[in-house]
Amino acid sequence: MNPTTTAPLGKDLVGLEHMSSAQLKAILDTAEPFKEISERRIKKVPVLRGKTIVNLFFEASTRTRISFEFAEKRLSADTVNISSMGSSVVKGETLVDTARNLEAMRIDMVVMRHGASGAAQFLADRIPSNVINAGDGRHEHPTQGLLDILTIRDHLGDVEGLKVCIVGDILHSRVARSNIHGLLALGAEVAVCGPPTLLPLATAELGVEVFTHIEDAIQWADALNVLRLQLERMEGGYVPSLREYNRIWGVTNARLEAAPRDLLILHPGPMNRGVEIDSDVADGPHSVILNQVTNGVAVRMAVLYLLAGGQPESAEAAKGGSEA
Amino acid sequence: MSGKVLLRGGRVVDPSQSLDATLDVLLAQEKVATVAAGIDAAEDARVIDCTGLVVTPGLIDVHVHLREPGEEHKETIATGAASAAAGGFTAVCAMPNTDPPIDDPAAVGFVAAEGRRAGAARVYPVGCISVGRAGIRMALVGEMVQAGAVAITDDGNPVMDSGLMRLALEYAQTFGIPVADHPEDLGLSIAGHMNEGLISTRLGLPGKPNAAEDIHIVRDLLLAELTGGHIHLQHVSTRFGVDAIRQAKARGVHVTAEASPHHLVLTHEAVEGYRTEAKMNPPLRSPEDMEAVRAGLADGSLDTIATDHAPHHYDEKEAAFADAPNGIVGLETALGVILTRVVKEGVIDLPTMVDRMSCAPARAFRLPGGTLAVGSPADVTVFDPNERWTVDATKFRSKSRNTPFGGWELEGRPRLTVVGGRVVFGG
Repeated sequence: MNPTTTAPLGKDLVGLEHMSSAQLKAILDTAEPFKEISERRIKKVPVLRGKTIVNLFFEASTRTRISFEFAEKRLSADTVNISSMGSSVVKGETLVDTARNLEAMRIDMVVMRHGASGAAQFLADRIPSNVINAGDGRHEHPTQGLLDILTIRDHLGDVEGLKVCIVGDILHSRVARSNIHGLLALGAEVAVCGPPTLLPLATAELGVEVFTHIEDAIQWADALNVLRLQLERMEGGYVPSLREYNRIWGVTNARLEAAPRDLLILHPGPMNRGVEIDSDVADGPHSVILNQVTNGVAVRMAVLYLLAGGQPESAEAAKGGSEA
Repeated sequence: MSGKVLLRGGRVVDPSQSLDATLDVLLAQEKVATVAAGIDAAEDARVIDCTGLVVTPGLIDVHVHLREPGEEHKETIATGAASAAAGGFTAVCAMPNTDPPIDDPAAVGFVAAEGRRAGAARVYPVGCISVGRAGIRMALVGEMVQAGAVAITDDGNPVMDSGLMRLALEYAQTFGIPVADHPEDLGLSIAGHMNEGLISTRLGLPGKPNAAEDIHIVRDLLLAELTGGHIHLQHVSTRFGVDAIRQAKARGVHVTAEASPHHLVLTHEAVEGYRTEAKMNPPLRSPEDMEAVRAGLADGSLDTIATDHAPHHYDEKEAAFADAPNGIVGLETALGVILTRVVKEGVIDLPTMVDRMSCAPARAFRLPGGTLAVGSPADVTVFDPNERWTVDATKFRSKSRNTPFGGWELEGRPRLTVVGGRVVFGG
């Protein structure tokens, strides 16, 4: 590592908003050499040996937590998982007290998911450890945005000039916000599509196209990133029924056949098959949904490495080259 | 009993008498005794040199939360009254959303008695419109007025039931008190944490649209028009709301309304970075809304400046934005903020400021004061319009420090607060 250069991302990864395209590219480029580690027989390199990382999950998560844990373990970090259901308070303890207690145990990094928008920034402002946002309320989920973009790049090349449409519940989605900010910074054209009840009124002011008919979005896009429709949205009255949602906004092969080109299909998971996406699309030839999951581990390794002070150009050497 | 006080040589600004001149003010026997040039100091009078200072009828804030009973860790009636006096206020109206709420005559009597015991700014109790602030059945309005309540409101909550609001507006006319309402259609706003717009969208915070406030303002105006009652609309923050009030006044509807200092000088941009000290209800709105509130204050559509002083313990605000409570303290920054950012920016002149902070609130809530006419209560505020100072929340008399104005450089500061002829701050 070159000790004279500074950390390319700063102390924390709170969101993709305000990140430069150079920073985003540094993460994506750093993820490339890390992909190979997960393909090895012995999936472990000593990049983060001696680092202590706490995975602090205030909301249920399977995929993201496991993906982070694999990334950490494959880089030889020592990890502790703290999971707590509920909102901002664990056993009556406030978020600020949780932060202070973690700090008192001299940890190096915190990966946090929290139900409140701004929780990651709150923590980052109060502790000297690196903070990685694993999803805060409806604000951002930056590593998900990065892995989505990496997957698009893997299949369609440079995202500059590509048309990416995010489909579904934009209002409540941190994944949507991270994708929008990251894709726009990298020069992609971005659209959203969904029922108007699930699109914030100010959506267009973010600099994105807004579609309310999925057919129009399919005509426009090179790639669709299909978001999960939470059951709670039906209970909250945002859509009358899941069946009706599928009838009007569901991504189906019949609709995709009308597209002027083959569309790349992404989904951040977990899927509601037959609601926002039909099984034959999810399992079809243009689906890259499992590639997203694989890329998630590499992107998270890259973020951990860069926040720990690693440089993008040294990543290949840091992991000891390729095994093969 | 207080002795005589002679305030010598200040610029006396009293819009109630169209007065703006360098004069002396003699206070005796708890009243304004004389306002004239060159008053001879009686031997027993305490003479206070007010050269270079502004002397006005005591400032009155018709909207403060003093948190007692029930949340004394945030504020008490005594610390709130002291905070008011330090901010140049000689009287405040205490909102009834305490625990328990002030919804019966005994509770009103408690607030009045604690206010007198505090011996700082006068504390006028405000009673609830509905029993328990539940919005269902009217509280003991008549008995509360007999015990000292000067208005009724369910503030903190709007009165969502239009039928109940109609009854309150009718019934309160017997007692000549205003019915104050926190205008907010909860169906549109209850999940919200800030103004709905681009910033709320980016931050991922649920929004409160202007329409939530607008609908409720229009409803209240229609009910006041229907009943002939006096509606007092609290902390108006939207451009449509200001205009609706302007039009209602032109039609002769009996309406008075408030502008709060924060809605006059801040916008939703202050929330960036999830700053909980910029979280209040109604929320800070767009720049266009702020301009409309300023214009409404200038043309009198909004009658009074009221702080909505809302103390919270520091660790309650030290939380994720959605988990932090609404509200900011305002009593000790209001005068400086208004002088610096409203008067000196030319939105209103100094006499208009005195009207909006003293004369108009006294008229709206039919309180003694708001004038230096001979024979009126000796409630006087003296301030230095040019003193530069930096807001340091740790120096507040209030128990709480939740202010978005910390570190602001202000120009203009209270120097002397006199209540009933007694100096309660400065001097």
